[in-house]
Amino acid sequence: MTDTQEATTADASAQKRPSRRSLIGWGGAGLALGAAAAGGAVAVSRAGDDVDPAAAETGAAVAFHGANQAGIATPVQDRLHFAAFDVQTEDRAAFVRMLKDWTRAARLMTAGKAVGEGAYGGLAEAPPDDTGEALGLKPSRLTLTIGFGPSLFEKYGEKFGIADRRPEALVDLPQFAGDNLDRSRTGGDLCVQACADDPQVAVHAIRNLARIGMGTVNIRWSQLGFGKTSSTTPDAQTPRNLMGFKDGTRNIAGTETDRLKKFVWVGEKDGPEWMAGGSYLVARRIRMHIETWDRTSLQEQEDVFGRDKGEGAPVGKAKEHDEPFLKAMKPTAHVRLAHPDSNGGITILRRGYSFTDGTDGLGRLDAGLFFLAYQRDVRKGFIPLQRRLSAQDALNEYIQHVGSAVFAVPPGVRDKDDWWGGTLFSKEA
Amino acid sequence: MRAARLSVVTAVASAAALTAVTGCTEKSEAASGDRVISVSATDSKCETSKKEISAGHVELAIENKGSKITEVYVLFPDDRVVTERENIGPGTKQKVTAEVKAGAYQIACKPGMKGKGIRQTLTVTGSGSAAKRNPQLDKAVAAYREYAQEQADATIPKVETLAKAIKAGDLKAAQNAYAPSRVGWERTEPIAESFGDIDPKTDTRADGLEAGQKWTGWHALEKALWQDKKIGAEQKTLADQLVTDLKDWQQRVGKAEITPTSMANGAKELLDEVATGKVTGEEDRYAHTDLSDFKANVEGAQKAYELLKPVAQKNDKALTTELDTQFAALNSTLDKYRSTKARDKAQNGFVSYDTVTKEQRKELSDAVNALAEPLSKLAAAVVK
Repeated sequence: MTDTQEATTADASAQKRPSRRSLIGWGGAGLALGAAAAGGAVAVSRAGDDVDPAAAETGAAVAFHGANQAGIATPVQDRLHFAAFDVQTEDRAAFVRMLKDWTRAARLMTAGKAVGEGAYGGLAEAPPDDTGEALGLKPSRLTLTIGFGPSLFEKYGEKFGIADRRPEALVDLPQFAGDNLDRSRTGGDLCVQACADDPQVAVHAIRNLARIGMGTVNIRWSQLGFGKTSSTTPDAQTPRNLMGFKDGTRNIAGTETDRLKKFVWVGEKDGPEWMAGGSYLVARRIRMHIETWDRTSLQEQEDVFGRDKGEGAPVGKAKEHDEPFLKAMKPTAHVRLAHPDSNGGITILRRGYSFTDGTDGLGRLDAGLFFLAYQRDVRKGFIPLQRRLSAQDALNEYIQHVGSAVFAVPPGVRDKDDWWGGTLFSKEA
Repeated sequence: MRAARLSVVTAVASAAALTAVTGCTEKSEAASGDRVISVSATDSKCETSKKEISAGHVELAIENKGSKITEVYVLFPDDRVVTERENIGPGTKQKVTAEVKAGAYQIACKPGMKGKGIRQTLTVTGSGSAAKRNPQLDKAVAAYREYAQEQADATIPKVETLAKAIKAGDLKAAQNAYAPSRVGWERTEPIAESFGDIDPKTDTRADGLEAGQKWTGWHALEKALWQDKKIGAEQKTLADQLVTDLKDWQQRVGKAEITPTSMANGAKELLDEVATGKVTGEEDRYAHTDLSDFKANVEGAQKAYELLKPVAQKNDKALTTELDTQFAALNSTLDKYRSTKARDKAQNGFVSYDTVTKEQRKELSDAVNALAEPLSKLAAAVVK
């Protein structure tokens, strides 16, 4: 689909919802955890996709090709499987070959098809190309989104001939106050975000990509997410996070072409050229101290967020999407600190998921928010926001950032001859 | 060891066409003359009275006219044993019988009971189509069987060293003899497992015991030597039993069902063994000599691969190139864990696995995956 088509679709959607608030905000204050006021999240419609929630029920496919990668402005699906990979080869040709193999597989899987020659019917002596667990399942709006981490350029810049192509905006995230990062859940030379309405479809996608990549890349860490924390339709109720509060209410809507352009997509003049139409992704595994939060009084819970628990309205307001009056909130309230008005208008697109990875051996839920945010430049997005939040947010008493990664997400795969990373690895680019 | 023996099923199924022929060594009624092949064995010759016979019951009337003890075998083209008679003393006569189907066979005499023997061809005619054979693959299977036999033969003295140390109550000597005694077994484990009954007796881990099963074999001894640090009467009995069970294995290698497919899948299964047992440190949980087993598994897989490579290369050059790269990569990763400590050297030259960090284990695991994934495609490349 062309840019023009995409814009047209987006405009049409926007017209259907003229009441979009004045949102400036970086959605969801507070990284994630919640907060922030009004606003819904939705996404740019792509060929074969539909902003209509009915699309989820029909298990439709989201177009793989486009000017931007799917899975960013796409209406948020219900489930996530995110994987960070490390490179295991020094052979540029082998790495590029794998990216092309991955692209072929991604094209098939997002269309609801099996990879390679399928899951059965091949040679009896050989294992099937596809692992088979998605047979008979619908495409389920599967999107697969690739990103390249700083370490890819640091470790393989020379070997892969991309040393001079590292974007200035692809900085290593600084250490924030309170970070307790687990090395084995942090970083990664590249990543793939798989989102789908059916968890088995998302897991199948990561599993098959990991298998295809064996010998060239290996999984460094991965994360399952079971509940979206950003709304998919602007006027619908915002999903609640595991603290029981509405989260991501102030997100950039996928239909808001102008704000996407301003805050999410890398512009042609931003540099480097290969990133035009791409974005930068920050992933943070944020553990919630569920049990202590649950024993916290309702008053304190609401004070911490700066909104009421039932409706999700900002302090002193009646409705979830009402414009907040920040001064009515405690100075350390999550919404107040994270609101764009407190941060010079900083805005990012959030796409996080709740996770529960069982218990921690001490009888406590190992649960929280797997925060995912896309932005045009992390230096003007996540970093300044998180600096502020990590220093002051009342919520910090109940959360801990335990995993972290940042990736440069290249532009979309344009057509059947194009491939993931084509702009980065093509000689002429 | 693993609980599920997929390889056995595969190997047996693949070899079903061949197994219709059964060897038997029981004494039987003298067959009528045209069903008898006379074999005259000397120290340098193996003369047979017939080169061709129709399918059915056949009897070999063997006479050892030489000065050395000899053995006589009837062999399939891939050297799997149809029937055999061992320990035929100078000047003695022996009989051996078999049911044979149409196909090409060899009769081998082994004066001194060593080597590949002196061969004579035997063509069995008749209806019942003989399975179509690929001489290049037959050669690969024969060479692999020879390798497996060498590994078994070399294991016996090593396990006897272990048993001797245990019976002498020498804990340190027994510990040093443990890992080396496992190498031949680990290199060819899919073959040992294909017999079904030996592996449970020799290589079961504590968690692999079934209700009522007595724990015998290497790992029962391993626990005594490293965890309990005690050698009692029980361990001495177990050591003797291990030698007996492994001699049984040594005797049976020649009759193992081996096909090109089972060889290729066996190589992959050796890597599966590494992935599920060694990388996790479960295999030698008391001794921590997992890297010695790890290396042996890889060596065994590589041997099977090298033998199949000429055929696989013709069918899938990209695959063999990848396999060459990944075998080399895994071996060089393993080399990082070679140890110069006297204690480690005595126990096979690798560092104790409990000193290998989680990150290092991941690196090993990634290297195993990188090899095992293309290795899973070897069987298809061989039979294509």
